[in-house]
Amino acid sequence: MNRLAFGNTSLLFLISALLCLAVADLAVTALNPWAEMARLARGILRPDVLSVEAWSVVWTVAFAVVGVGIGATAGFLLAIAFPHFTAVRVSAMVLRSIHELFWALLLIQVFGLGPATGVLAIAIPYAGIFAKVFAEMIEEADLAAVSVLPSGTSAISAFAFARLPEVAERFKTYTLYRLECGLRSTLVLGFVGLPTIGFHLEGYFKQGKYAEAAALLGVFYLLIGTRRLWARASTVPVLLIGSLLLLPEGVGGGSALANLVRFVTHDIVPAPLRNGDPGSLATWSAFAGWLQAIAWHQVVPGVCNTIVLAQIALVGMGILALVLFPLVSRQFVGRIGQPAGRVLLVVVRSTPEYMLAYLLLQLLGPSMLPAIIALAVHNGAIVGYLMGRHADALDYRADAPHGFNLYAYDTAPRLYGQFLAYSLYRWEIIVRESAIFGILGVATLGYYVDAAISELRLDVAMVLILATVGMCAVIDAVSRRLRRALRISALATRLADAPAV
Amino acid sequence: MAGDIVFELKGACAGYNGRPVLFDIDLTVRASERVAVMGRSGAGKSTLLGLLYAQRPADVALVPQASALVKPLSVFHNVYMGRLDRHSTVYNLRTLVWPAACRVVEVRAVLASVGLEGEIFNAAGALSGGQQQRTSVARALYNGRPILIGDEPVSALDRVQGADVLSRLKERHETIVLALHDVHHALEHADRVVVLEHGRKVIDEPSRKLTANDLLRHFGGEP
Repeated sequence: MNRLAFGNTSLLFLISALLCLAVADLAVTALNPWAEMARLARGILRPDVLSVEAWSVVWTVAFAVVGVGIGATAGFLLAIAFPHFTAVRVSAMVLRSIHELFWALLLIQVFGLGPATGVLAIAIPYAGIFAKVFAEMIEEADLAAVSVLPSGTSAISAFAFARLPEVAERFKTYTLYRLECGLRSTLVLGFVGLPTIGFHLEGYFKQGKYAEAAALLGVFYLLIGTRRLWARASTVPVLLIGSLLLLPEGVGGGSALANLVRFVTHDIVPAPLRNGDPGSLATWSAFAGWLQAIAWHQVVPGVCNTIVLAQIALVGMGILALVLFPLVSRQFVGRIGQPAGRVLLVVVRSTPEYMLAYLLLQLLGPSMLPAIIALAVHNGAIVGYLMGRHADALDYRADAPHGFNLYAYDTAPRLYGQFLAYSLYRWEIIVRESAIFGILGVATLGYYVDAAISELRLDVAMVLILATVGMCAVIDAVSRRLRRALRISALATRLADAPAV
Repeated sequence: MAGDIVFELKGACAGYNGRPVLFDIDLTVRASERVAVMGRSGAGKSTLLGLLYAQRPADVALVPQASALVKPLSVFHNVYMGRLDRHSTVYNLRTLVWPAACRVVEVRAVLASVGLEGEIFNAAGALSGGQQQRTSVARALYNGRPILIGDEPVSALDRVQGADVLSRLKERHETIVLALHDVHHALEHADRVVVLEHGRKVIDEPSRKLTANDLLRHFGGEP
């Protein structure tokens, strides 16, 4: 029934990506990319294990654990109020729409390069995400027991006995899974100066020290790969207390309170309003001109570049996911091939896209190409991995065809709605990441944000960040409408919801 | 007090999801009556029980049709839930983590009366359907309010077990309104039988005046 609509939607995205390709800057400007890639390959084959900066690994874990811990706690409290107050829903939306790197750049202005910056840069956006996801889980839970409670039961008792136990297990699984995302985010925070793994990786990539980088990344993959062994309900208290004790010392910054007051009352107040008389018309017309200049010279080109980058990356992700998912499906590659495919896709998925883009930028030179490849590969691996799990959860008839025929006539058509659900859900994520990649030099919104912050024009940065939030909100709304129109809005979109096989 | 009016419906109509289910029901239930409500599925039994419950929720212990347990919690906690309103929030939270010995003794005694004392610290979700239903009954027994409203509270139990559970409910609760599908249970345990057909009341008689065949004719249960 939806086949035609599925096809047309896909075609529309494909055409938009082709149009974007026509205007995108995809040049390889590096003089000798192959030689550099050969050095990278040699480095990966001979990792320098002894060079690993142990403290950067410890601090990565500590920032992630404390940040995710605070984020989950705050998100849990917000989730309870989530269905009742529009203000809570809107603030959760704003918190999670601002990328952790933007948060970090802003927080550095207040706390310097200290532990508070690292922890809050994770905790704040994650609180917004946790609030939404926890609220959805509470809404979906079996609440039959609530209606049987004796009348007069206090709201807290009712919540603790009849609601919380039904969702506690899902909360736990989701929080521990989020820790994995938190580790990736923390690594990336190193690229703006916090002492995590990313801080050293940036240096290694810049200097072409690939053996050192490979060893450090290897440790990171090991951390992610063994997450289920060291991050469980029973180890959470030890992890939390240990992390709090081991967080690094801060570097400079002065009094956080004074900084915060200055930040709120001076830095982010638009320049024309800062000194002008708020009663005079001239002040406000100056403000309008100021806003218009930012919109015209920064927001419009920034949004255009962000969308161009995101559309190409999104379609690239889709094609990759459709090609890759048989690699992780028992149905296609058997019991032996499947684990190998899984390891491959999990490694790719664990590679932070920001770091991948940074590395490709060193190899290929500045253009949109590194960012597109990084986004397509990272998200393609995620969606491919999930699709593989769906492929194995399908019931196949006993005389089903094999190989390509099975793929083309059975698996792919049956999973296409699910594929679109994942892809449309990741659309907003890819747009947000595309904006961030501006920090690496592509002229998306993040480029202008980074420039404004380094010129200490935080008022301009605020306007640009809010524009990013607005852009993501629009994409999110369009994606939701599309999913509803295609009747796929009830399908799984979160990683934690894919069938376990 | 025996004889006081507990529930009263006059010309009551009700719908479910916008579809009319009950028409023009007159029903008065007095204290210490034991009423069985019977009828084919879809006749409006659950809707009728819902109307009664809404009249005085503060005096009613409820056994809903689906056992409505919190499956990840233990049987103990599910039964304790019947008295959440009698303790402070702090005490309830403490009980969730570390129940006091006296509460365990109380709950164990209630569970013993439905033959479940061995399951007290097992997760409710791990029990069989019949055991879950008895847990739901135990929650109502522990709640102990004077009126019991039960929607097919023994549907998952065999006739002997079912009779045993019904006797417990009669010992504990003064006034009882039960939806039942077993004619023998109804005639033996209720002193008044109400039969619904297509949302209308077609029989409302003391059970001593009725025979199994009178009832079967109307609702076609198994003899």
